[in-house]
Amino acid sequence: MHLGSTLTVSFRALRRNPMRSLLTALGIIIGVGAVIAMVSIGNGAKSMVEAQIASLGENVLLVFSGSFNQGGARSGAFGAGTLTVDDAEAIRREVSTVVAVSPEVRTGAQVLANGLNWSTQILGEGPDYLAIRAWPLSEGAMFTDGDVRSVGKVCIIGQTIATQLFPDGSPVGQTLRIRSQPFKVVGVLSAKGLSVQGADQDDLVIVPYSSAMKRVTKQTMLRSISVQATSAETLDLAQNDIIGLLRQRHRTTEQTDDFTVRSQVEIAQAATATSNTMTLLLGAIAGVSLIVGGIGIMNIMLVSVTERTREIGIRLAVGAHGREIQLQFLTESIVLSAFGGTLGILVGIATSELLSALNNWPTLVSTTAVVVAFFFSAAVGMVFGYYPARKASLLDPIDALRYE
Amino acid sequence: MPPVVQLEDIHKIYDSGEVPVHAVRGVTLQLHRGEFMAVMGASGSGKSTLMNTLGCLDRPTRGRYLLDGVDVSGLDRNELADLRNAKLGFVFQGFNLLARTTARENVELPMLYGQRRHSSSQMHERAMRSLDIVGLSDRADHFPSQLSGGQQQRVAIARALVNEPQVLLADEPTGNLDSKTSVEVMGVFQKLNAQGITIVMVTHELDIARYCRRNLIMRDGRVVSDIPVPDRLVAEVEMTRLREAESAAKLTD
Repeated sequence: MHLGSTLTVSFRALRRNPMRSLLTALGIIIGVGAVIAMVSIGNGAKSMVEAQIASLGENVLLVFSGSFNQGGARSGAFGAGTLTVDDAEAIRREVSTVVAVSPEVRTGAQVLANGLNWSTQILGEGPDYLAIRAWPLSEGAMFTDGDVRSVGKVCIIGQTIATQLFPDGSPVGQTLRIRSQPFKVVGVLSAKGLSVQGADQDDLVIVPYSSAMKRVTKQTMLRSISVQATSAETLDLAQNDIIGLLRQRHRTTEQTDDFTVRSQVEIAQAATATSNTMTLLLGAIAGVSLIVGGIGIMNIMLVSVTERTREIGIRLAVGAHGREIQLQFLTESIVLSAFGGTLGILVGIATSELLSALNNWPTLVSTTAVVVAFFFSAAVGMVFGYYPARKASLLDPIDALRYE
Repeated sequence: MPPVVQLEDIHKIYDSGEVPVHAVRGVTLQLHRGEFMAVMGASGSGKSTLMNTLGCLDRPTRGRYLLDGVDVSGLDRNELADLRNAKLGFVFQGFNLLARTTARENVELPMLYGQRRHSSSQMHERAMRSLDIVGLSDRADHFPSQLSGGQQQRVAIARALVNEPQVLLADEPTGNLDSKTSVEVMGVFQKLNAQGITIVMVTHELDIARYCRRNLIMRDGRVVSDIPVPDRLVAEVEMTRLREAESAAKLTD
């Protein structure tokens, strides 16, 4: 018997009991659906984390001013205020694996323009900051080294500031006031959206760090320094070189360090490791339900073989080989599970779309998961269908015909 | 012309229980083309075992069986299946049609197996021709549950005929039917036999056996009588008589 008639026979047999076929496939439908939905949720979380990390820039090292210890009382992070502009210059000058350095100061302030006001975050940065963060401007241009040297009253603003303070047109060329000092807007940043923690990343004003220190914060210390290494391979080297350089400059040891150097990779690894674990866990739980679905198929196929003993007897009597009977039952169970798998994929995609719509969870339907789930469900049919099919093929035609 | 079936000293011993059962004890018989034989006997006489052997469903313990000139004693399971498919047709007491499967699809069943390949249009055409022979081509799309007992048995006969077998084997084909339907089914057999088809049927009803040409009686695994039927009944005549009797009953009612 060739494949065509095997399929015909199997489809005819399944069609005779549509309700039972559907219920049998239900285990696989739920199993595959769960796998697809769970993996989509896991992947969605992972891609969000990855996007956030990418938004921090490529090959970036962050040098934080650490805590200090004064008579037993320890300040919090950034408390030491030990990083200086000179440290930043030294890193740029002496560490060969570094391409860009941007000193950073930060403060909150009320910003005024057009008779409107808005409380926001003021960042003092170097001209390389946008390059380090891989953050393009939507309008205008970044301030220059000249602006830094001349303590220029220029700024670039985030999208939120643009909409809040300049509702009537392009902000470029206009003036806003930070703590009553006028700053000319030279550029508008492109939108970046929410951070992992849900903070609005577009709610900020960036000014040259020199201007921020002299005109806004009136401080000489840096909060942190953003550094970009030449490549991913030199990141560790750059990290070590910076630590060495700063220890030398600050005369500290590993125990008394008043700064911290964090690589983006560390942050990224921790975050993706978490979401990978989650994806794996969700997928594994769903996988168990797929196996349970397979056992359901085996159960029904065994019942079916017993119930259809006479049918098998008739087929054997009219000339079916044992192998053809086995192939028929195996095909039935594979058709059932592949059908269940196909429906399950649709259910899984629908579920993840629904979850993402209802809960605002990011989901990402993975093509790999879809393909793997489909073939896995067909394999489940093959594995769990084998025993019942084998049992059917070994029946004796006379006994099978007499079976009541 | 050589006989279509030739049995030489067939023995069958079942070893499954504690005591071996000697079901058939040396049967020798020949069946020529166009014969119509009834096998009769009490239960345990060995007639079912003989039928299973004739039908290549079971192999004899001892003896030689030539079907259409081929010695089948040494064939394996699959070779026997191919032989059944190509050379034998089966009709059972319980009809044994596949439920929720149309009459035509039931008749197509033997064409799905075996050495010969058929396209679906060929299968369709042959199934319809076979159903036409038993007078049921207008019921091709009916399910067995929508057919009467006699019609179901005729579908089963159509199924047995579809591969143009050498021998048609019927195991108590009228056992589940009332007397009028039984005569109807015997009419189909007689018609087929008149066209040259060899038929062997098991029955325990003497009046049904009288529609055949030859009666074989078995007892304790041996043939005790093998005689031609002297005054053979003709189904058509009997049918007319039954109808007359029925209308007479209605008249006197």
